[in-house]
Amino acid sequence: MTTESQFETVDMMLNMGPQHPATHGVFRMVLKVDGEKVIDVIPHIGYLHRGTERLAEVETYGQVITLFDRVDYIANLNNELAFVRAGEQIMEVEAPERAQYIRVILAELNRVASHLLFIGTYAIDLGAMTPVMYGFRERERIQNLFEHVTGARMMHNYMRIGGVKADVPDDFVPWVRQLIGEVRKGVEECDKLLSTNEVFLGRTRGVGVIDGPTAISCGLTGPSLRGSGVAYDVRKDDPYEIYPYLNYKVPVGENGDCWDRYYLRMLECYESLSMIEQCLDQFPEGPIMAAGRRIARPPAGEVFSHSENPRGDLGVYLVSDGTDKPYRVKIRPPSFCNLVGLATMTRGSYIADAVAILGSLDIVLGEVDR
Amino acid sequence: MISGLKGMLVTLRWLGKKNITANYPKEHLPVQERFMGFPGLLWDETAEEPFCTGCMVCVRECPTQCMTAIMHDNPNAVEGKSHRRKIIETFEINLNRCILCGICVDVCNFDAIAMSHEHELASFARTGARADLGLLLDLGRKFQTEVSWAPKGADRNVASVVLAKRAAAEAAKAEEAAAEAPTEATPASEAPVAEKAEKQEGGES
Ligand code: SF4
Ligand code: SF4
Repeated sequence: MTTESQFETVDMMLNMGPQHPATHGVFRMVLKVDGEKVIDVIPHIGYLHRGTERLAEVETYGQVITLFDRVDYIANLNNELAFVRAGEQIMEVEAPERAQYIRVILAELNRVASHLLFIGTYAIDLGAMTPVMYGFRERERIQNLFEHVTGARMMHNYMRIGGVKADVPDDFVPWVRQLIGEVRKGVEECDKLLSTNEVFLGRTRGVGVIDGPTAISCGLTGPSLRGSGVAYDVRKDDPYEIYPYLNYKVPVGENGDCWDRYYLRMLECYESLSMIEQCLDQFPEGPIMAAGRRIARPPAGEVFSHSENPRGDLGVYLVSDGTDKPYRVKIRPPSFCNLVGLATMTRGSYIADAVAILGSLDIVLGEVDR
Repeated sequence: MISGLKGMLVTLRWLGKKNITANYPKEHLPVQERFMGFPGLLWDETAEEPFCTGCMVCVRECPTQCMTAIMHDNPNAVEGKSHRRKIIETFEINLNRCILCGICVDVCNFDAIAMSHEHELASFARTGARADLGLLLDLGRKFQTEVSWAPKGADRNVASVVLAKRAAAEAAKAEEAAAEAPTEATPASEAPVAEKAEKQEGGES
């Protein structure tokens, strides 16, 4: 007893990352640990900083779209959509209906692809090796379709301010219908593999709990917020494109733990697939590009527009000074804002759970650091 | 325990089925028709020269500034074989920097550049990724034969078509002035017909 009290005890600082496979990129967490318990988490970011916002100031509007492909490199089309919507708002043009349908179909497919990647890698984080193969298989199918439509598997540069680059190929509708069937089966398989597995449940149930009000005050959005029971979805609450014409539910969790955040994404995959089916049923003919000048040169002004990215609420604040280059592009990246909740969720849990919690936020470092 | 078996069943169902992966360097999966590989310069067979006039629009619009182009006077134009007064002399794309965005193809007014299907150009040399005019034309020619590529604005850009159109216009003018110089008009009006026929044959093959 006496010997112990003579020494001061200090908490140990444990470095996790930046080259850690569970951090999904180059992200560093400094864990303050007391034995196996995590007392505090200090996230360090910036390893993947590419200066996107600054670069956007010296490139024309058409070129900035290529930058947005690379902000969140897992949900490229959702990101393009966020920027072209901001551009359309500032130029006061509206994309033709057919273009909006094409965009929504592709964006929802990309959401499914992103969630499949999440499901696979999350399972790997928690020690299950198989689901990632299934997830990637389905994602590959979706990317094949993207290649067929946009010409690229990931960096599409397909959407334009006022429409899309090219009309979809003739076999688009049957191809997507077939794809939906296959992907739905694949998601069901992942569901069966993982969602009822006791080990998986043990690793995620009741881990990293965050309640609704805290989640809101941390600025969480997307599935991370909805997992805590707050039904906030930009598609519903600030509808854009053709989302008001679609019939879909916004799944919400109950407990705000890792399990809820995981399972919600699984449910969102099903919802997205049914949304795409509805889009295909209503798919109109028509032009794909709004009439207007080929080179975007919006009037001076500023807009803020946001849309629902697979990770949450992606905002784009665009200031124009009347030239063909934006004066300022500010991105509100959902991954970055979701990281704010990491410390709150992790405090008091075990080191092994820190991986599960970080994984359940589904961050993309390209978006965190921009 | 039971849930584990359930998962096992899913895995077992795939046992013995055909692989869905390809053994990459040995097997190559086909690319889609719209696939955007490295950009290549296209070849105008009717005038035996590239379409590219070196107008620099793509150079200016490229988001990564990876292209360089220098133009010079077109010798074929002097001989009357082509309508392009200027033509590309050197063209270089640094494929290390190219992000395959396709903007250069969108902005080119001369149908001169296309995203080829080539995507395997790794080389051991540090400068191996600097594609010069020769390599770019090779890429383009390969692409042209691979897919039955057709120019978007043939009436503006294909040499034989443009020359035929010009000759026809001149012939019409000459016919108007036929009263004064009837001997000159006859050969001029024959030429476009022959060239048009040639072009049609080329288009069908
Ligand atoms: S490729 Fe087209 S845009 Fe580029 S220099 Fe040649 S003609 Fe001009
Ligand atoms: S594809 Fe894009 S990056 Fe590559 S040369 Fe063309 S414009 Fe430049």
